[in-house]
Amino acid sequence: MAALLDKRLIFVTGKGGVGKSTVAIALGLVAARSGLRCIVAELAAQERIQRAFDHEGEHFAEVQLAHNLFTISIDPQHAMEEYLRIKAGPLGHALSASRVFNAFAMATPGMRELLSIGKVWELAQLERRTSDAAPYDLVIVDAPATGHGLGILKTPRTFAEIAMVGPIAHQGRAIADTIDDRSFTGIVAVATPEEMPVNETLALGEALEHDGLGLDAVVVNALYPRRFSDDGDLSSLNAALAATTDAHARAALKAALSEHARASSQREQRDRLAASLRSEPIELPYLFVGELGPEQLESLADVLEPGLRAG
Amino acid sequence: MNIAELLAGKRVCICGGPGGVGKTTTSAAIALGMAAQGAKVAVVTIDPAKRLANALGLKELGNEPRRVDPSRLSGAGEVNGELWAMMLDPKRTFDELIERIAPSVERAEEIKRNRVYSELSTAVSGSQEFTAIAKLYDLDRAGEFDLLVLDTPPSRNALDFLDAPGRLTAFLEGRALKTFIKPTGLGMRVLGRGASPLLGVVRRITGIDLLSDLSTFFGLLGGMTDDFSVRAAGVERMLRAETTSFIVVTSAQNDSIEETIWFGRTLESSGFPFAGAIVNRVHHDLLGDRDPEDVSAALESGLGAELATRVAENLHDYHVLARRDERNVARLTAEIGTRPLLLVPHLDDDVHDVEGLLRVHRYLFAPDDERDQMLADVVA
Repeated sequence: MAALLDKRLIFVTGKGGVGKSTVAIALGLVAARSGLRCIVAELAAQERIQRAFDHEGEHFAEVQLAHNLFTISIDPQHAMEEYLRIKAGPLGHALSASRVFNAFAMATPGMRELLSIGKVWELAQLERRTSDAAPYDLVIVDAPATGHGLGILKTPRTFAEIAMVGPIAHQGRAIADTIDDRSFTGIVAVATPEEMPVNETLALGEALEHDGLGLDAVVVNALYPRRFSDDGDLSSLNAALAATTDAHARAALKAALSEHARASSQREQRDRLAASLRSEPIELPYLFVGELGPEQLESLADVLEPGLRAG
Repeated sequence: MNIAELLAGKRVCICGGPGGVGKTTTSAAIALGMAAQGAKVAVVTIDPAKRLANALGLKELGNEPRRVDPSRLSGAGEVNGELWAMMLDPKRTFDELIERIAPSVERAEEIKRNRVYSELSTAVSGSQEFTAIAKLYDLDRAGEFDLLVLDTPPSRNALDFLDAPGRLTAFLEGRALKTFIKPTGLGMRVLGRGASPLLGVVRRITGIDLLSDLSTFFGLLGGMTDDFSVRAAGVERMLRAETTSFIVVTSAQNDSIEETIWFGRTLESSGFPFAGAIVNRVHHDLLGDRDPEDVSAALESGLGAELATRVAENLHDYHVLARRDERNVARLTAEIGTRPLLLVPHLDDDVHDVEGLLRVHRYLFAPDDERDQMLADVVA
């Protein structure tokens, strides 16, 4: 499988609402099962991942979710304070307490992204610069939606080019080199089998190739089961609907027809995506549950694991 | 209450909310509905699906609204007003803004060539939000439309839309930087060594070239920073005006509802006119109290036992989602108080063409009793 889980840093991205966090955690579970010490990092302070594991309220710290599996929610402000503490000692404290400096740093375009990705990079180092922090074998980033996701990958290079010399340039270059190193960094796109997410995934793949990068895996998430066949079942369902006046029977038949239509349109989108990719996308099923909890995430990891191996 | 009542007398409608919930289609459906009622409406969108863009004739980019050919909207019944639409080009909007407020053509060109500017106007996140608001503001001031509908840019977090433009404006105003950079006859230069021990640390951490690049950029902007401040105040007034409505669009999924509640609270606490919510893709309860087993028995004679069982299983799965949606809609209803909340059912296919637009439009603009009937028809 390996190719993907042999990497040290994986960005999981995709259009909003496609289940990036879910896939990122499922991937983390697969990695943890195979014995890797793994952390899933969220780049927006939403703590979705902690919530899925019924943890609440740990902000911006590394939190253990299961054996070998950790999570952190990265906040630019917090990342900056940490960076300053380490780089500038007591003066760093003074600086991070300075309102003027904070306003300057947070207002500088791209600075928030640079600080966030700098923290991701720090997590992926075998020698952690935060004191007494143990290294991770794998860092999985639950990245922002695609448009911004690409931006965040480019930020370090941009800063390195603008700053040219000095610590920011140096740091930016080191991070950018890490991201460009395809044996170190992988990119996974998540799409639901719908028109817009598929379009965005294809556009992302093209944009990455343009930059000399590429998608290491594509996950089609939330695929409906194919419960009803196009020929026999469909005509039976329609005939039964025409024949009955029972409200509940009609509701059940309508739900079946609707499901069939949706599953068909999903298959079309899935095929369209697969046709444009070099390798088959990995499929994850739609889960008909009220809420995704640890049990469902484990079951998605069960599906993901052989999918990764095949890819 | 329907959308037409909600937006009566309004000049600006901003559709915000989490990503991937159908904001673009909903915005277009709102604009279409208001146009049908006789208003001259423009919808500003960022990234519409190709089929929808083609259908509305949005292919021809111009970064200005264009009128949608009425023949394309024949399915909407009689359209008494006018529907205009545009696809925002953030880079171009930014350039036009600079061209407008720069003291000379030469200065505008120089700014557009500047490295900091080119990053600012393209790569940096927040530039979409900033330019979307800038465009909205200019269209509002030009006053050529009765109503403007803004489809907010896709982002990880609905709140970005409220935060990002302010951050960029703060940067352009250069307030924070004035402490570090001092104006000189020819522009600005970084304060000398020893200005403060803090500055030494800043230099050590950031690298001097970043600061001098920034100072060149601000030197070019010169007095224009005041124009940014004036505009920002105008934008603020527009966003808070009585004639502006924020409508939050969401799906009924847990995460989306969570984010919507958070977004709504922020709108409320920051004093933005939060008018109501639209929940897309709602699974309506088809089963009520009845046991799926009963349904399966009722279907058996027509379908045979095996197919009847699959139909019942499907209904059962659907019902799980219906109950989830019911819970989530109830949570949102409790949260938004007396503001209207409109439900659009989970439709059979992806809604990315005029047909789909019209379907959403019917749910949003039907009078209450007619909408109830339409929902009842979904069920029975």
